[in-house]
Amino acid sequence: MLMRFAIVILACGLAAESSASELRFCLRTDPKTFNPLLVEDEASETIRYLTGGVLIRLNRYTQELEGELATKWKVSENGRRIDFDLRPGVRFSDGTPFTCEDVVYTMRELMDPALHTPAGDAFRSAPGPVESKCAGTSATGSLAVTVRFPGPVAALAMQFDQVAILSAHSAAKESAVLGPFAVGEYKPGAYVFLRRNPNYWKRDLNGHALPYLDSIRLEIQQNRELELLRFRRGELDIVNKLDPEMYDRLSSEMPHAVLDAGPSLDWETVFFNQVENAPLPEYKRSWFRSEDFRRAISQGIRRDDMVRIVYKGHARAAVGPVSVANHFWLNPTLQPASGSESAVLALLHHAGFKRVGSMLVDSGGNRVEFSMITNAGNKLHERMLAMIQQDLARFGIQLNVVTLDFASLIERISRTYNYEAVLMAFTNVDLDPSSQMNIWVSSAANHQWNPNQKTPATAWEAEIDKLMAEQGGSQDRAKRKIYFDQVQQIAADKVPILFLVNPNALSAVSPNVKNVTPAALRPQIYWNVEHLQVGTAPVSQARNAPAGK
Amino acid sequence: MNLKQKIALAMLAVVVVASLGAGYFAQSSYSEQFRDAISVPPSAHFWLGTDELGRDRFARLLYGTRVSLLLAPAAALLATLIAAIIGGAAGYLGGRWERLLTSGVDLFLSLPWLFLLLAVRALLPLNTSPVTSVVITFMLLGCLGWAGPARMIRAGTRTLVNSDFLVQASASGISRSRLFWRHLLPNLRPILLAQFWISIPLFILSEANLGLLGLGVSEPLPSWGAMLRELENYTAVLRNPWMLAPVILLVAVVGCLQLLLGTEERLSC
Repeated sequence: MLMRFAIVILACGLAAESSASELRFCLRTDPKTFNPLLVEDEASETIRYLTGGVLIRLNRYTQELEGELATKWKVSENGRRIDFDLRPGVRFSDGTPFTCEDVVYTMRELMDPALHTPAGDAFRSAPGPVESKCAGTSATGSLAVTVRFPGPVAALAMQFDQVAILSAHSAAKESAVLGPFAVGEYKPGAYVFLRRNPNYWKRDLNGHALPYLDSIRLEIQQNRELELLRFRRGELDIVNKLDPEMYDRLSSEMPHAVLDAGPSLDWETVFFNQVENAPLPEYKRSWFRSEDFRRAISQGIRRDDMVRIVYKGHARAAVGPVSVANHFWLNPTLQPASGSESAVLALLHHAGFKRVGSMLVDSGGNRVEFSMITNAGNKLHERMLAMIQQDLARFGIQLNVVTLDFASLIERISRTYNYEAVLMAFTNVDLDPSSQMNIWVSSAANHQWNPNQKTPATAWEAEIDKLMAEQGGSQDRAKRKIYFDQVQQIAADKVPILFLVNPNALSAVSPNVKNVTPAALRPQIYWNVEHLQVGTAPVSQARNAPAGK
Repeated sequence: MNLKQKIALAMLAVVVVASLGAGYFAQSSYSEQFRDAISVPPSAHFWLGTDELGRDRFARLLYGTRVSLLLAPAAALLATLIAAIIGGAAGYLGGRWERLLTSGVDLFLSLPWLFLLLAVRALLPLNTSPVTSVVITFMLLGCLGWAGPARMIRAGTRTLVNSDFLVQASASGISRSRLFWRHLLPNLRPILLAQFWISIPLFILSEANLGLLGLGVSEPLPSWGAMLRELENYTAVLRNPWMLAPVILLVAVVGCLQLLLGTEERLSC
């Protein structure tokens, strides 16, 4: 009797569980923080995206800015000031009303030098305080906010896509959120459970309260093979990022589950060490500083083969620092670097190199041999290096492939500068060129080939500095485009970075997940998470209740 | 030596000869990429097909065998020598020395040697050629793989030192060096040989494990470890069973070595 009762209870439990609409996917690591202002890692960023309410959101599909908690905004004073009209009647997940004081509080926390918030760095254009104040009231409370910065902030409105609003008054602090979901439970090393925010303000076209999902379960799983296995078993609904091999493997088994959203914003690049005090022989430093040498190497690499063989067609030969996925900022006149064997040899001869037997030697008789490092365990990089090795061998260049653990690689390229060339991936999450300021400006730490320069080492780097400053200081999008087109042109001519490919955004989505519109920008699959549905679960009555009630 | 062992020896000989004569048997270079023949099945030109970069799998298998099969015994020899010195000294000297050396061995065994390998690999000069790099990797394996055998050798030495014939030899006034070289070392030989033979497959598999981590032999030089990495794509293996050739060869070689090890053990009895 007791057994039968237990079975009935269990059956009821299972039925209740199956009627709940839950999306399940993986985080690679534990989130380092749940404070949206302190987010640095990918896992925390995922949580912030799913739980944080922002004033302005970049629509990942249309690549246009859309008002969220702000119904309107206006940038003025040449990017020093932004005025927001706030959405009325919005409440945090714990029921606390959303007011302009929350925005003021968030901006104060964001710019607090003691907190060192990574998201705040984008707003630190000049020394001085950031002033935020409520500007205007109504019967429901303060509805307008003005934020004034000490200097012009490039792409000011877009920067607010990364700023999740905190509650100034809620006792729950960062647990009180304005996004579609709130953190329900976190078990370190196992999962993060997000429950639906009952006070989420957004509704669909029929007036149904969003999100459609009841919950999201984020399993913490580092092993990508296991992630794929669990997806195939139906234990996961999304694999947000697949490599080409996994994509092909899955597409042969579940052709309707794989999605290729086209080229992403990410780059695979090579650069040479041009650091003044790097521990390199002088003759090698002169090779790496030779524009003709870099151009010859760039043209000698067969990018199309790389796309076809390493990426199995799921990538695009890169033209420069802007992916073809970035519709507005791409300089359309640029073409992927490629040259015939004779053109490459002509460039090398022009730079003082010559063939001696099967070897290429420089004017001092030194054999052209250098090493290229990459991170160990990355099969795509290892294959790319093997291909580059053969491509360069055609010209008599000996390339030594070295795979290092990631920490050693970073140590070499950012501290000791004890390397010759490196192949590495750049993850780009932002459309706006201002996000590349730390790469192109010669004084920046991420100006990888020769970082932290006191004064620009070359005339063209000085020119890039000037153009980047001009595009960053202007609020005229068309003018900024002209400036950044010139930066792209200089980068193509001087080849400080060899842009190889833009890998495609590959993912897998269970057919049970509805309303998926894959985008090239991150997060490719769940950027419209409030509209996603799992299975055929009907929209519940609770979801049809008017917002704010 | 029984029939099975003779077959094992013959197989090992064939494998060694084939790997040493790789340049003669293989039709292509192990590094040449035939980019219009990516992952093709076995054919008259490519006996084991090509890999994902269009390289001849058969050529890579032969050259990879040469790397793994020649360097693993060298590493095993190095490990056995170090183990013999430390384990033998501990067992022979006894007392405080034995406690000190045994503690040292235990401490060494508790070290995360994989991280040590990673660290040393990171410290190597970048323009080390693939051949030098692989030699260093195996020598490192040899330098790190002595501790287990050292314990066995210490135990064996201790047993011998306490054995009646050595006690009698010692009581008859024989010098310590004569006792060591004439009576102790010859009787340790079977243990040393057994440790040597056991270490060979261990180092082959260690290199394969390092290869799986991407830290084994540098491109374009092949090794069994590097070739085993391809097996991560199991659906490709199901479609292209010839990709299993390095596994089959590895199992066969390790099996042959184990059979021959049986011979050594019997000889020692």
